[in-house]
Amino acid sequence: MRYAETGYNLEIDLSRGSVEKMPTDPKWTELFLGGLGTNVKILWDRVGPEIEPFSPDNLLILSAGLLEGTPAIGANRTIISAGVSPQTSLMAFSMMGGFLGPELKHAGYDKLIIRGKSPDLVYLWINNDKVEIRDASHLKGKGALETANLIREELNEPRAQVAAIGLAGENRVYFASVEHFRSSASRLGLGAIMGDKGLKAIAVRGTKDIYVAQPSRFVELCDEVLQYIKWRQENPIKGVPAILATIGAPQEMKLTDESWHTTSFAWGHARQRRKDFWNEEVEKRWTEIHEKAIKRLVSCYNCPNRCGAIIAYPALELPTYMMKCYTKLTYVMAALTDNLEFGYKIAGKAHDYGIDGFTAPQVMAFAIELYEAGILTDKDLPGFPSSNEERFFYLLEKIVRREGIGDILANGVYWAARQIGRGAEEFDHNTTKKHEQMVIKLGMLNPIYFLMYGTGEKANITQIEGQIPQAPLPKDYREEFIKDWPQVPTKYAERFKQFILEWGDEGKVFPFYPPIDLICELVEWQETMHYIDDSTGICAGLSSFPIKPPYHIRNLPLFISAATGMDMDEDKLWEVARRIRNFVRAYNVRRGLRRQDDYPPKDHWKKRFPEYEEKLLDSYYEFKGWNKEGIPTKKTLEKLGLDYVAEDLIKRGILKDEEVPSRETLGETEKK
Amino acid sequence: MAKKKVKVIKVNADECNGCRACEVFCAAFHAQPPHSSVNPAKARIRVIHDPIKNIFLPILAGPYTVAECPARNKYTIDGREYEECAFCGASCPSRGYFKDPDSGLPLKCDACETEPPLEEPWCVKVCLTDALTYEEREEEVEEEKLDELEIGLESLVDRYGLDKVMDTLARIAASKRG
Repeated sequence: MRYAETGYNLEIDLSRGSVEKMPTDPKWTELFLGGLGTNVKILWDRVGPEIEPFSPDNLLILSAGLLEGTPAIGANRTIISAGVSPQTSLMAFSMMGGFLGPELKHAGYDKLIIRGKSPDLVYLWINNDKVEIRDASHLKGKGALETANLIREELNEPRAQVAAIGLAGENRVYFASVEHFRSSASRLGLGAIMGDKGLKAIAVRGTKDIYVAQPSRFVELCDEVLQYIKWRQENPIKGVPAILATIGAPQEMKLTDESWHTTSFAWGHARQRRKDFWNEEVEKRWTEIHEKAIKRLVSCYNCPNRCGAIIAYPALELPTYMMKCYTKLTYVMAALTDNLEFGYKIAGKAHDYGIDGFTAPQVMAFAIELYEAGILTDKDLPGFPSSNEERFFYLLEKIVRREGIGDILANGVYWAARQIGRGAEEFDHNTTKKHEQMVIKLGMLNPIYFLMYGTGEKANITQIEGQIPQAPLPKDYREEFIKDWPQVPTKYAERFKQFILEWGDEGKVFPFYPPIDLICELVEWQETMHYIDDSTGICAGLSSFPIKPPYHIRNLPLFISAATGMDMDEDKLWEVARRIRNFVRAYNVRRGLRRQDDYPPKDHWKKRFPEYEEKLLDSYYEFKGWNKEGIPTKKTLEKLGLDYVAEDLIKRGILKDEEVPSRETLGETEKK
Repeated sequence: MAKKKVKVIKVNADECNGCRACEVFCAAFHAQPPHSSVNPAKARIRVIHDPIKNIFLPILAGPYTVAECPARNKYTIDGREYEECAFCGASCPSRGYFKDPDSGLPLKCDACETEPPLEEPWCVKVCLTDALTYEEREEEVEEEKLDELEIGLESLVDRYGLDKVMDTLARIAASKRG
């Protein structure tokens, strides 16, 4: 009997219209857990570097994580991966919360692996063992939420969980999202891949059991996590901004204090900060709108945190929709408006069209910059309105339909800049790996974030940070903070606690503090937690994203052991995460990723230190067991049991047989 | 006067966040052995979850019935229309709720009755938003009164006539006594 997982994947070929239930290898669970971990294994085996994003051979995988379907609190993410992102040409991966992942497990599958292309628009209906590819021509052009509701009605199954694309996905917009409930898998164009495959939606209903290996132990662990969440809800972290003090996603549906985002993040096309934006008058106005718009705070499956909200407000002239986190501000800030109502309104439309709430506003602000610089003219933008708010609506409609200039803008800032030319490239200032980054422009280089921004495979900072505060803690709180900090990895515990105690003291400030080896360790810790979450399906909001989360490196092995019956401990789990991280790296390297792609945007910080930054990259690569180009060495890969990956890279001439990093990799750095 | 313990699971639908943890832990507790498997479709509580209508309504499984109701009900409250028979917890032939998906057997909330007893049922324990709260109280129960039986019999007599009731009673008595 398989515990925690179902032991089956569903293989769907949309070109042939075939569906096959395939057993999985339990060995893979030991090596890669599930979710992202097993996704990358499948993609490595089946999607070669020659495959184009819109090839029928590009795979789209919707996966549940290893712990989904068990009672583990907040294990509910749907981990979506595609072999090739249309935007970056690297592996595409993004996650979303909600209810779909657990439902898939209960239907009897760990993953849906989708290949081929349907000639007509279809949707999948998975009802336990009954799987149908159904006509979706009547859903063409429908909004994502509307599609979900229509499908539930037509199936007469209100309990079916649905993920759908909107118009943007159908039209293969490079930053189209997959939408479900209040969540979306937004980054790297997964909606475009789904649209390219002619797949409008996936509906799932499952009523099967998921088994747990050590039931009483497991439920005890769940209870501990639940009690801790309760305690943390009442005891926020001190010395950090309100929205970072609790667990869950930043609580922007609940809290109305937006001073942190509005004054520390950059407005417009990631250009200027407005440090004096937040005042009493704005707070009063915004609170009023916020309270009128939000009907109820809602949660994902089996999680007490209310990170999402139902938005319904007659003034918006929009059907009811759901939202979470920072999306309420991304359009407002990019459009340089003070009108929060605009934010709710355009986000509602954008959700229904299914586009990425981080990238889309950046693309729109970029287009406005080009217009103001005379690079785009009234010929490109006929009837372009004069106010930014109206311009955003105008651009939204053009982009999701790929109409006129929208056809170019729909490829994202990097590609649009090159297609437009005439100096537009100069305005592409906030992308890394061809992907729009967070709109943060600060003064002093942050060496920890430098590495996380630059080298993260997700090409997206918000999904790699989290375990440490973003700035030094107040001096009189540091002792208290470290006293009660079981979340730190055992092997680094003393070093990390010392760091928290010293950080911010005289001379112990960025950029030359902390020492480089400690920087590497802190980066690895934060990365590791995210790679674990993305494979177990536990929400980052309970684990890798907030400070002092309920799940951490010391209790996660206990969860995995009790759920699966595998013998897991802290060191082994660290090793598994390292294996997955290196595998994703190697996959992207095979697709062309190199050192030159590992740099954050040039203007991310005002004060930069080119030599030091090179040293940071060198040291981090060395720490990871990668060579100077950021490629995992043969030795590193072999140590992780990825010999076949090394062999393939050597055969392709990407890796040299004898290559070793300047210092002996993993072993030695660890011994320190 | 006898005393009886009454267990009340109070539902405050306004506080429900729709997470369905109640379903998860209910199903797990009632698995055999307890917590060895999970399947919300086997829970004795279900959350009606309709975010677009802003309906989040936990319903506890009630008694099994072989009969469909002659009239279904459909409520509209505060402009929100609830699904048919939404508030009813019965496991009944007219719909699929509160039946074990494998065996079809009815499921009914037992407030997690077990020995030694739990402090509160699992659904309440895991509901951190306090949509579900628990209360126990003692209620005095009056001894069964004879006149209730009399009232009942009289109504049967009114309906069917004295002879028919007497005949039926005699026939039942004969068959019961063998």
